[in-house]
Amino acid sequence: MKKLQFISGLAIVLLSFVGLTAPAWSQTEQEINGRLQIRTADGERVPAEGVIITVDGVGEAISDADGVWSVSVPEPGIYTVFVDEETLPDGVSLRTVGRSSLEVEVEAGKPKTALFSLVEGEGTAAGTNTSEGITGRRIAQLTVEGLKQGLYLAMAAVGLSLIYGTTGLVNFAHAELVTWGGLMTYFFNYYGLAGMIGFLAPLPAPFGGGSNLIFAAFFGMIAGGAMGYLLDRFLFRTLRRQGVSLIAQMVITIGLSILMRYAFVYFFGGSPRSFRNFTAQSAIDIGPVQITPKDLIAMGISTVVLLAIGGLLTFTRIGKAMRAVSDNRDLAESSGIDVQRVISTVWIFGGSVAALGGVFFGLDQVKWDFGFRILLLIFAAVTLGGLGTAYGALVGAIVIGLVVNLSTLFIDPELKNMIALLSMVLVLMFRPQGLLGKAERIG
Amino acid sequence: MNWDLIFTQMFSQAFGVNAMVYALAAIGLNIHFGYTGLLNFGQVGFMAAGAYGVAMTVFWLNWNFWLGIGIGVIFCVVLALILGVPTLRLRADYLGITTIAASESIRLFVRWRGNRERTGAAEGINDFADSFFALNVFDKPGNESYQFLFFEYRANDLWVMLVGWIVVAFCVLINWQLIRSPWGRVLKAIREDEDAARSLGKNAYSYKLQALVLGGVIGGFGGMLQVISKQSVQPDTFNPVITFLIWTIVIIGGVGKVWSPVVGSIIYWGLISLMITFMRELIGTGAGPNLDRFLNLSILNVDQLRFVIFGGALMLLMWFRPQGIFGSREEMALDDR
Repeated sequence: MKKLQFISGLAIVLLSFVGLTAPAWSQTEQEINGRLQIRTADGERVPAEGVIITVDGVGEAISDADGVWSVSVPEPGIYTVFVDEETLPDGVSLRTVGRSSLEVEVEAGKPKTALFSLVEGEGTAAGTNTSEGITGRRIAQLTVEGLKQGLYLAMAAVGLSLIYGTTGLVNFAHAELVTWGGLMTYFFNYYGLAGMIGFLAPLPAPFGGGSNLIFAAFFGMIAGGAMGYLLDRFLFRTLRRQGVSLIAQMVITIGLSILMRYAFVYFFGGSPRSFRNFTAQSAIDIGPVQITPKDLIAMGISTVVLLAIGGLLTFTRIGKAMRAVSDNRDLAESSGIDVQRVISTVWIFGGSVAALGGVFFGLDQVKWDFGFRILLLIFAAVTLGGLGTAYGALVGAIVIGLVVNLSTLFIDPELKNMIALLSMVLVLMFRPQGLLGKAERIG
Repeated sequence: MNWDLIFTQMFSQAFGVNAMVYALAAIGLNIHFGYTGLLNFGQVGFMAAGAYGVAMTVFWLNWNFWLGIGIGVIFCVVLALILGVPTLRLRADYLGITTIAASESIRLFVRWRGNRERTGAAEGINDFADSFFALNVFDKPGNESYQFLFFEYRANDLWVMLVGWIVVAFCVLINWQLIRSPWGRVLKAIREDEDAARSLGKNAYSYKLQALVLGGVIGGFGGMLQVISKQSVQPDTFNPVITFLIWTIVIIGGVGKVWSPVVGSIIYWGLISLMITFMRELIGTGAGPNLDRFLNLSILNVDQLRFVIFGGALMLLMWFRPQGIFGSREEMALDDR
C-alpha cells in the first residue's frame, strides 16, 4: 500500500513537471484570535469588552461583547501580540504582572489563538510559585516525581548504553526511537492494526478501529524493536563492514536523528496529542504524595521491566554475551560469541525498551520531538552511570531524575534541565568513566 | 508555476544574509573540526554568545551598540576558555557531548524568566541595532527592496550583506594566512597525530585552545550579524539543530579547505531555497490536492522538508563522501582520539 502510494505520488510529481499551467495559487488567510475573559474573585469567567489588542507590524483589534477579537495577518511567521493595559476594564489586571505581550507562531491558513489571562484585582508577579519553601511534603512529592522521570529515562538510557558498549557508537538518534515508540503506540491506539492493513477495518478491536492502549503499547514495542533491527541491519552493519570510523558514524546518527524527527513532524504534525485511553485522570493521594493512577502503574511496570533487564543481563546466556561483548569485543569473539548477532539483539532490545519508555513519557502528551527534548537527559544519565555499562545507565537515570526534580527546591523549575547538563559536564571532568565505569585512560 | 520567483528566491538566498551568517559560523567550525580535529557540537553556543553580547549591551547596560560588538567577542573568548580548559583533554566523543550540553545550557539560561531584565527571556530583545542601520548606504524609505537580474534584497538586508560579506572575506583571508603559517601546520599535525605533535615539543593542548577561541569568535561574528539583520534576538533560534546545519555546510564544501565553508553555505542555501520554493509552487498548481493525498505534502508541512533533506544530506555525505565536494580524503582524518 505505502509503496503504491509512494510510487503514485512520485509519478504525480514527475507529471507535474510537464504541463505546469495552473493558475498562481491564492494565499489562504490566517489570523490570530483570542477570547479575553476575566476571572472574578469567585472564580467565574466574564468576557472583557473594549480591550485593544495589537499585533506588532500588522494591526489592532478591539474585543467585542463576548471578549472575542481577531486580527488577520498577511503571511505565516512569528508575531508579537500586545494587550493594551490602559484599555482593560477598571479593577482588572493581567494575571501575571508585566506579561502584556506574547509571541505566537502562525502557520499558513490556520487561525492561531493568543491567550491573555486577566483577573479581578491585582495580578501576581512572574515567577512567584505558590509551592515555595522546603517542606517535607514537597520533598516527598518531588522525590516521587524524580523517581518517575528516572525510571522512564532508564528505559531510554539502557539501550543507548548497551549499543555504545557493544559497538562503541554514541547514538544521537536514540531519542528518535523513543519518539517512534510513542508515535506508533498513538497510531495503534487510534487506528489499531487496521491502520496498516486497510481491509481489517470492519473487524473488532484490536484489529479494526483503535485498540486499547495496553495492546497498542505492546505493538509499539514491536515497532520499536523492528526499527532498531532495521537500523542496525541496513545502516550500521553496512557502516561497520565498510570500516567507517566511529566519529563519522556518530555524525551519521545525528543526520539520522534530524531526518527522523522532521519526518515525524511532516507526517504527524506539530501539535501535541494524547492517547485515547487514560488521558484525563485526577491524581490520588498516597500519604503526602499526589500521583495519577496511570503514572503509578507505569512506574510499577517500568520497575518490573528494569528488574527483568537486570536479571536478563545477569543470568541468561544472551545477557552474558551482551556484557561480554561490552567488556571486550575481541575476547568475546574469540570465545565463540556471535558478535553480529549480539549487536543485532542489542539493537532490537534497545529499540523496544526505548519504545516502552516513549509510551510512558507519552502518557502526558505525544509530540513529534518529545524524545529529542530528553535526549540530553538520556546522555546525562548514561555518562553519569558510565558509558557502556548497562547497570550504570539504570543508576544514572534514577540519579538524574532525582537531581533534576529535587533541584527545583532551590532553583526555578525552568532551569532544572540545565542542572542535569551541568552535572553531566562535571562528571565528565572529574570522573569521565562515570559512577560504575571502569577507570581507564581517557584522552 | 512562477519560475521567475523560484530563481529569484534561489539566487537571492544563495548570496543572502543566511548564507553569509552560516558561512561565518562554518569558517569557525572548519577551524575547529577541519584543521584541528575538535569535535565541536556546540557551535551554536558561540553564535548565541556573540548575538547576546551585542543585544544585551544595548538592552541591559544601555551602552553603545559598537561597544557591544567588542563585548560579543569577549563573550565568545570567555565561552571558549570555559569550554576548552576542562574538556580539551577529554576523548573526542566526550568533547562532543560536553559542547552540545553547554550550548543547550546557554539557551536554557538566557530564556530563563529570571533573566528578563538582562536577556529578555523567552521573548528576546528587539530593535537594538538602530545605530548600525543609521549608517545604511542603501537606505530607502520603508525598507523597500532593490532588484537586479535575479536578485532581490531589502535595503536593510543589502547593508547587512555588504558588511557581512566583507567580514567573511576578511575571515577567509585570516584563515588562509594562518593555516599556511607554522601555527597552522601545527594544528594540522595535531589533527593527524596528536602524540606525534606532542613528542616534537608542541603543546597540543594550548594550540587546541587557541583554535577553539579563534573559531568560536568567528562563529560569534556570524551570530551577531544574524541578530543584527533581524533586529531581534530570540533564545530558541539557537537550538542544537543549527549546529548540525553548520556541520552539513562544512562537509558539503569540504573539510579543511579555506574556501569550502563559504562555497558550502552558498550551495546549501541556494539548493534548499530552490527545492522549497519549487515545492511551494508545485503545491499551488493542479498537482496540489494529489500531493496532499499521496505524499501528505501541503503548504503546512513543506518547510519541514528542508530539515528532512538536510538530515539525509548529512548522513549520505558523511557516509559516501566525508571529504565533501572540494576536500580531499587526506584532509579528512576522522579518528577516535
